[in-house]
Amino acid sequence: MATDKTTLFPEISRRKALGLMAATGASLAVPALIGRGSALAAAPDKPTGQLIVGFSQEPTVFNPHLLHIEVDEGVHFAVFDPLFNVDPDGKFTPALAAEVPTVENGGISADGLNWKIKLRDGVKWHDGQPFTAEDVKFTLDLMVEPDFRSWRRAGHDLVRDIKVVSPSEITWRMEKTYAPYPSILASTFIVPKHALGEAADKNTAPFNNAPIGTGAFKWGKRVAGDHIELLANADYFGEGPYLERVIIKYIPDLNVLYTQFKSGDIDITGLQWITPDHYEEAKGLADREVQLVAGSTVESFTLNMGRPQFKDPAVRAALYHAIDKQAIIDALYYGLPTPTETYMPQQSFYYNPDLPKHEFSLEKAKAVLDGAGWVAGGDGVRAKDGVKLAFTCSTTAGNHIREQAQQFIQQSFKDIGVEMTISNLPPAVMWGDYWMTSQFDSVIVGIDFLTGPDPDTSDYFASTSSVATGGAGQNTWQYHSSEVDKLLQEGGNSLVPDERKASYMKLQEVVRNDLPLLPLFQYTTVRGRKKGLMGFTPNVNNRIDTWNVGTWYWEG
Amino acid sequence: MLRYIVGRIGQSLVLLFLVSIIGYFVLLLAPGGPMSQFALTPGISKQDLDRIAEQMGLNRPIIVQYVDWLWHLLQGDWGASFRDNRPVLTVILDHLPATLLLMGSATAIAMTLGVWIGIMGAIRRYSIFDYAATVGAMIALSVPTFWFGLIAIYVFSLNLGWFPAGNMYTIGSGSVGDVLWHLVLPASVLALVDVAIWSRYMRTATLDVVNQDFIKTARAKGLSARRVLFKHVVGNALLPMITLAGLQVPALLGGALVTETVFTWPGMGRLFLDSLGYNDYPVVMGLLMFSAVLVLIGNLLADLISAFVDPRIRLA
Repeated sequence: MATDKTTLFPEISRRKALGLMAATGASLAVPALIGRGSALAAAPDKPTGQLIVGFSQEPTVFNPHLLHIEVDEGVHFAVFDPLFNVDPDGKFTPALAAEVPTVENGGISADGLNWKIKLRDGVKWHDGQPFTAEDVKFTLDLMVEPDFRSWRRAGHDLVRDIKVVSPSEITWRMEKTYAPYPSILASTFIVPKHALGEAADKNTAPFNNAPIGTGAFKWGKRVAGDHIELLANADYFGEGPYLERVIIKYIPDLNVLYTQFKSGDIDITGLQWITPDHYEEAKGLADREVQLVAGSTVESFTLNMGRPQFKDPAVRAALYHAIDKQAIIDALYYGLPTPTETYMPQQSFYYNPDLPKHEFSLEKAKAVLDGAGWVAGGDGVRAKDGVKLAFTCSTTAGNHIREQAQQFIQQSFKDIGVEMTISNLPPAVMWGDYWMTSQFDSVIVGIDFLTGPDPDTSDYFASTSSVATGGAGQNTWQYHSSEVDKLLQEGGNSLVPDERKASYMKLQEVVRNDLPLLPLFQYTTVRGRKKGLMGFTPNVNNRIDTWNVGTWYWEG
Repeated sequence: MLRYIVGRIGQSLVLLFLVSIIGYFVLLLAPGGPMSQFALTPGISKQDLDRIAEQMGLNRPIIVQYVDWLWHLLQGDWGASFRDNRPVLTVILDHLPATLLLMGSATAIAMTLGVWIGIMGAIRRYSIFDYAATVGAMIALSVPTFWFGLIAIYVFSLNLGWFPAGNMYTIGSGSVGDVLWHLVLPASVLALVDVAIWSRYMRTATLDVVNQDFIKTARAKGLSARRVLFKHVVGNALLPMITLAGLQVPALLGGALVTETVFTWPGMGRLFLDSLGYNDYPVVMGLLMFSAVLVLIGNLLADLISAFVDPRIRLA
């Protein structure tokens, strides 16, 4: 779901799969990445009307700190607030914090170790209790509480000496500098101490099924297996809410989701949106707005650099030359995704647009291999020093589009004297130890490399992040480079975006040059809503369309 | 009679025990597990997942987990869903009414129509009606239900706009009329296949009876055709249908996996699919035991009713 939610989970979850599977039939589309809706009609004076959002998975986890999937955040963003949010440009905007702490304004010390946050005054929980610094402390403590099944501890486990200075000020110290922490905080929703703190077992507390937050919408009710109803919070401290009710409707199949969008049963398509094969038709629907929105997931052909075949940089470069990206995008993905040269989403502040452009050329691929001394044997497969240029390629069995891409690539590789055998596995097996402990030769995978807007990718590229070599992380390609380690270190040592940028630009250059993964494209999603719905704003830094649903309204 | 019932219940308990062992082990031994779906979620590390699995007790040996689960079950504790932590029984009971309504309506339609078509087909054997019914039944049985569902949505909802494209009710309304309006398409689609089944069985059963000596006797002694048909033929032909109805009980409560998904119907079938997809062990096991009990009860009831209405059957 994740990031892969965007791409893998689907497969994992039978529904998304339906979405991404399309037959063939190319249609060219120019990604129109627009921001707000067309006009700027005035928002209503008081909450008016109702919005039905359709999701292809059912939100079931309402305590934002328990292990959850993407769609659950549809509820979290509406009911809770973090200290600060991330806008579409990757900038932080204050929410429960009165001001976003930065090095410049003294909220964070220059070494990133000491934090001081001023909180907004006069905020009330949905049950009328006042929000204070105690709630923030409670939330940060909860994340690392031994018995609590917290979904993520990274960053929070470095927090020490939390001090509630006053009801509206809190300070703490970090054990070491950790640059991604602001991004993590931007998706750490503050939960009420008075409602959850007393629970005997916070994993099973009643609060988890009837959450109390500070957000634009209050918890209404849940009809399990069908929908969730959220009601306007008239006392909300921020802009909005303009809608009286938000209904989150669960529609367990992407084709049905589209049908109900078409029939008008739902007002907006949420995860996993409209499948690419429906894009052409959807564009022509009356009274609907259909928009292409960049996803943060990057599809790549990844290589296990622990294998002797892939140790030679010439091999990796040659394989990259032999992949006809554009044909895959046009013929299999309806022309929707954007080709890319990097793992970094192109909307990111840290995206490097100047990387060498991929060139599809079987001739070049052959020349590179010839030049590096890989000579074809009697069976037409190249070899060098006893290593045959033959390997397996795996992905999720049942993801038909990927499987077709795989066969297409297999053919190109054959033409340059490389033997690729397809060996696909069911999702639960594929993304278990097989992936995590680098048991594969090569894999086609879609990954969201970032944590919100933060560019740190140590988990994927640091030498210490390969499980196969005793590390912890997802450097499953076993890409070990001292230069990369140095750049990650540099970038992670500062909390000032402009200072960090150089490191990550360079890092993308190095990765593009070394090619542990052959970048294919960045996903583009097709999102539809009824005409007249204002406020929809794509945000590549958040996983959910309704991240700002408090400011949505119906025109007129 | 009592001894028979007690014996059957005893057998059932042994069967249930076996079902639970097989179900539990197959479920837990399958690769992946509840954490695998989160493997590629950004921001979640393998360490986090390993820790949560440990906290949830998923790292214990299967046999220990099974005994733990069974022990709680025997005390009436079905466990809690991995997804939303609600008690399994609550989760199941929450989805039961939707399925009862859908499957109940479908079965009622199917039985009424099916029995009628079956009788008509039998007494007018080889008529156009009979051929049409036979061909219709073959088509209904060979085409997957979800296909009928999609076609029905396409024609009656998207094109004609007569019925909603899915869901059980309009959110915010939920009046009886509204629910019935939403019920028409899915119930009809589900009934279609069942009509086919019931009509085929009923036709065969009726034909069997029509050729019996006592029917000839009834005719010979001058009873009206109508009286022969309804009193003697149909009454006797319905006997085997009781067994069929008994077999229908689990389906009635178990729901329709695919049709519920196509029509966004929040019933048991969809709950099962979802729970399986998320490896929600407690709910899947709960549903498995629930259906196993239903199958056993359905069969037992069918046998008892048969014995009750058919004096020829003598039980122990």
